[in-house]
Amino acid sequence: MGEQILGSLVEMVLFAFIICLALYIASLRSLFAAAMLFGIFSLISAGVLTLMDAVDVAFTEAAVGAGISTVLFLGALGLTTSEEAAPVKHRWTAKLVVIATGLMLAYGTLDMPAYGDPNAPIHRHVAPHYLEDSSEEIGIPNVVTSVLASYRGYDTFGETTVVLTAAVGAILLLGGGASRRREDGDGGDEE
Amino acid sequence: MSEVPIKMRVRETIVLRVVGKAVVPFILLFALYVQFHGDYGPGGGFQAGVIFAAGLILHGLIFGLDELQKAIPQIVVEIGIALGTLLYGGVGVASMIMGGEFLDYGELDHHAPVHGQHLGILLVELGVGITVTFVMIAIFYSFAGRSRQ
Repeated sequence: MGEQILGSLVEMVLFAFIICLALYIASLRSLFAAAMLFGIFSLISAGVLTLMDAVDVAFTEAAVGAGISTVLFLGALGLTTSEEAAPVKHRWTAKLVVIATGLMLAYGTLDMPAYGDPNAPIHRHVAPHYLEDSSEEIGIPNVVTSVLASYRGYDTFGETTVVLTAAVGAILLLGGGASRRREDGDGGDEE
Repeated sequence: MSEVPIKMRVRETIVLRVVGKAVVPFILLFALYVQFHGDYGPGGGFQAGVIFAAGLILHGLIFGLDELQKAIPQIVVEIGIALGTLLYGGVGVASMIMGGEFLDYGELDHHAPVHGQHLGILLVELGVGITVTFVMIAIFYSFAGRSRQ
């Protein structure tokens, strides 16, 4: 019991950190600082996910959110500017929309089953089958991998294609890194 | 003018270069561990790909984009992106040829479907890992290569 209270206390402190960070980032004008704080934001999110026993997701959050995204944010800032443009008028309408949407989402969560409730619909559909039979059907100790790669192989294939599309988009829109630069530099008279 | 001095400073920092050189191999090794230990512990192709790419991007940030592109040219990146997805789809087609449905790995080994599942998951995760690694590097190349024009 004491452990549970301590665990939820840690979770609450981390969530408070996340909310404070989000509000602070929203108020920042320096995009460089915002990019750095987003990295910390992701790291704390990874901590929360670890506490919730979602280690695989926490892993991804730490690597993508805190690692790669920060590098890409900095790359984008290098291409543009690291200072946010002056605010346009009527910011209060935007704020109103954001606050209303947030309240509505918070209201929606009241209908969701309690965290960790074993009778929640999501735990009664296919999840028992995965947990009970995957060691015989797939034979892999990590059920997350069994679900991702085998039971939900189609979804993961789709996700891989989405990642591929992202790179194709980046190469088409921004150009493929060095190849273009080299052509500009010393390959000029070949054309 | 504003970005060039920062880049120069990064490259002249000896602590960063020494530590980076020492740390990058371990990041890559850890990525391989995450890739091939995903059946038993947390992780898998996606996480491994991101960690592998992060290690290489760290190398690129410290030693410069040209150094990284000497090791991994753009054409290798572009082929790698497609190769991973092709491997994933190829496993699916292979299981169709072996008599099952698309991505039905059990058919890869008729005597022991569990072995087929193991093999299928290993190859599919490898495909994901390859694609994710090279996608991250491709996006990094696109951003970093452009900022120097």
